[in-house]
Order: sequence, then C-alpha cells, then structure tokens
Amino acid sequence: MSTQVFYFVATLSIIFSLMVIFAKNPIHSVLYLILTFFTFTVHYVLLNAQFLAVVNFIVYMGAIMVLFLFVLMLLNLNKETEPSKSPLIKIVGVIAGGCLVVTLIGSLKSASITSPLILKNPGLGLVENLGKELFGPFLLPFELSSLLLLAAMVGAVLLSKRDEVEA
Amino acid sequence: MDSAFVIEKFILVAVIFGISLVIAMYSTYAERKVAAYLQDRLGPDRAGPFGILQPLADGVKMFMKEEIIPTSSNRFLFIAGPGLALLCACIGTAVIPWGSPVLIAGKTIPLQVSDINVGVLYIFGVVSLGVYGVMIGGWASNNKYSLLSAIRAASQNISYEIAMGLSIIALLLMTNTLSLKEIVDQQHGWRWNVLYQPLGFLIFMVCSFAETNRAPFDLPECETELIGGYHTEYSSMKLGFYLFAEYINMFVSSAVMAALYWGGYNYPGMDSMAVWLGPTWAPLFGTAVFFGKICAFIFFFMWVRWTIPRFRYDQLMNLGWKGLIPLAIANIIITGVVIAIIEKF
Repeated sequence: MSTQVFYFVATLSIIFSLMVIFAKNPIHSVLYLILTFFTFTVHYVLLNAQFLAVVNFIVYMGAIMVLFLFVLMLLNLNKETEPSKSPLIKIVGVIAGGCLVVTLIGSLKSASITSPLILKNPGLGLVENLGKELFGPFLLPFELSSLLLLAAMVGAVLLSKRDEVEA
Repeated sequence: MDSAFVIEKFILVAVIFGISLVIAMYSTYAERKVAAYLQDRLGPDRAGPFGILQPLADGVKMFMKEEIIPTSSNRFLFIAGPGLALLCACIGTAVIPWGSPVLIAGKTIPLQVSDINVGVLYIFGVVSLGVYGVMIGGWASNNKYSLLSAIRAASQNISYEIAMGLSIIALLLMTNTLSLKEIVDQQHGWRWNVLYQPLGFLIFMVCSFAETNRAPFDLPECETELIGGYHTEYSSMKLGFYLFAEYINMFVSSAVMAALYWGGYNYPGMDSMAVWLGPTWAPLFGTAVFFGKICAFIFFFMWVRWTIPRFRYDQLMNLGWKGLIPLAIANIIITGVVIAIIEKF
C-alpha cells in the first residue's frame, strides 16, 4: 500500500518538477513548483516525519511560494519583456547541459539498487523526538543557524533602508 | 483500518461539512440582519418568516446568473481560483475537536476527524494556503484591480501570519502539546487559556481578522479603491464560492479561537452535567456549548465589521509589523519567564 502510494507520488513529483522547467509562463512555473512541494509534503508523511511535513507545508508552500508568486505578479513578466539571449550564452548553455548529461550518465552507470533504509526509531520524525534531538545533541548548530538567519534578515532590512535614505 | 472506522469517519466528515456549509449560509443572512440591527434597519424580511429563506433565494440567484469568463483571462486558473479558496476554507475543519468522545449504540466515537499530533501547525498551514485562491483568481482575471487586490491579499496574509504564529508559540509554551484535542482537554471546566494568555488571544484574534480578509482588514476587496477587488471579474456561483469561502473561513477561525483560547467544549460545571446527562448526551451538550461560543465569535466578527471603518494600507502594515509582532514577541518572553519561575519554585 505505502510503496504504491510512494511510486504514485514520486511520479507526480517528477512530472510537476519537469513542468516547472517546461512551463512558458513564469506564474505557471511557480504554481507547478507549489504542487511539487505538496508532493514532497506527502513524501514526508509517508516517511512518518509529520513535523517536517507540516513545516514544509507552512514554510515552503504557505510562505516562500506566496512571496515568489507575489514578486512575479509585481514584475508582470510577459513574452515581450523576456530578454533575448545572445549566441554566446546559448553556446555556454549547451556546454553546461552537455556536462550535466555526462555527469548524470556517469553517476547512473555506477549506481546499484540499494535496499531501503530501516530506521531504528520510526518515531524520530515526531515533534517531541525531533525537539529532543535538536535541543540536545544538536543544540549548538541549531542555535548557530538561527543566528545566521537573523543576520541575513537584518542584512536584508539594512539594504532596503539604505535605498530609502538615498531616494 | 476496518470498514466500521471508515464509515464512522465518513459520516463525521459529511456531518461537519454539512454543518459548516449551513452555518456559512446562515452567516450571510446573519450578517445582513446584524448590519440592519446596528444601522436601525429591518434587513431581509421577505423570503419566509423573518426572511429566514433568504440564503436559499441567494443561492438560487447565484446559480441562475449568467456565467462570464473574460476572454483575456487564463481560463483554467480563473475557474481553479474560487474552487481552491473554498477547498482551503473547508479542510481546516478536519483537526478541530468538536466534542469529547460520545457513546452511541455501545460504541465510543470521537467527535474529531483526525487527532494528528501537529494539529495546531496543520491549522496554521491551511490558513497560509488560503491566500492562493485569492491570488490565483486575481491574477487569472487579467484585470489591474484584481491583480492589485491579489498582491494586497498576499502581503497582508504573510505579514499577519508571523504575528499569529508568534502568538500561538506563547500558548504552546503553556500547553506543551501541538494536538488540538489535548489543548482543549487541558482547559477542563474553567481553566480556559484566555485567562492565562489574554494578550496572546488579542493578537491571535486581530490576526484572524486579517487572515480572513474581514473588516477592518478587508483591503483586498476595498471597493472604494479596487472596484470589487480580486473578484471584480467573477460572476454567478464562482463569485458565490469566494463569498462563501470567506464565511467558512470565519466559521473555522471562530472555532479555532474558541478551541485554543475559550475552552472549546468545556464549560464550568461540566462534571456534574456529565453525571446528570450520561455519556451520550453530556458530550453532545458540550458540543452545543462549543457551537454557542463559535456563534458568539461569528457575531463578534460581524459586530466589528459594522462598527470599525477600514484601515488604510500603511496603517495595516504598521499595525502588523510594528505593533503586533513586537507585542507577540514580548508575550513569548513574559510567558517563558513566568513558566521558568513557576517551575523553579
């Protein structure tokens, strides 16, 4: 049952993430990205990581993608405003894509089918256990990363403030 | 997962959906009656006694109206917008505990569709998802006013979500759980969270007004500036879906406020009532009390709408970022310090 659901959702994730790239309209791209994130949420639930699932739901689908959509709507991108690409950029793109294909083929060649990982503690993803892990053994990295986020936020506010003074 | 469980949950979901739709339907009637009362008018009184059939008449009208889809709009997203708005409004009801388990035909049935252990966060996620209906509909209309309204809705929702989340954190510090069922059970009798978290409740309530786009925060549909806002181009039942979603959102956020802060289905003297009414009727009476609280909140939503004028956009942003967020952070700090002191001594 759960394996079948996994394959179904995994297929959907791949289809939606491909559509993000292939959609012509940037707004459609963002909407497909939202669907992709939704399938990720389902994956987390399947892995019994409920807290991660709901945080992915709130932060990525509910906040970050709303901001993406917000910015795209403000920009109001059309086909006319899309910058035309010079031949040099196209050649660079072809080379970069070729490199990616070589890397992918190389890594797929050496890949082998592994047996699924079985967690020793299947309840690790629940809020209580996750909290104890984060605030126990991983306290220092956790607090440091929060400081990092705070610094980034203050930096962003500072940048926008400076603009205001000059104008 | 036996079939009895599936049937039980299915019936529960159907009943809750039915109740939320009926309440939303009659909220439209109540809104006009409350407005009429506050403005010393009569309000709708033609369809049936006291105009009680007015929502049905409105429903028929909505269905019969001509359906117009603007030629330059994005057809699929134009239709998906209102559907998404209504869907996001409805799925919030899944984790709300409507009552304590009730004994029916020798079987104890929990009056909650799903008691997930991240219930509060789920509600929060659904609320943050609600704005997509407005944004997608507003953008797909291909109308400047709709687009402006969609952008307003997005920035408003994101701004007030932060204060809302912070006000919940102070509550979670006290309850030590994310499950709505446990939070409600902790408020047994008179121990309602609002008595311990009055400031948190105030912030949460203001934020839920903003999240449901209700007056005085109904800037996305500010008709003096934006014609009709995000639903300018909508007609017939698609418009009806948007209006309906607003009322369901109001119902769900009233239920969340009542459950998180006002004790849910708990009321003073519930233990003696439980002995007196028995295991079947006492929980149902508790549910009735819960619905009474919800209706009181819905009335409060309407009361505020017809009392306070709309904010200006910069006032809205100032209140959210410079007023509510610092207050909510202060509330967290005070709560944390008090809890630490209590645990110490």
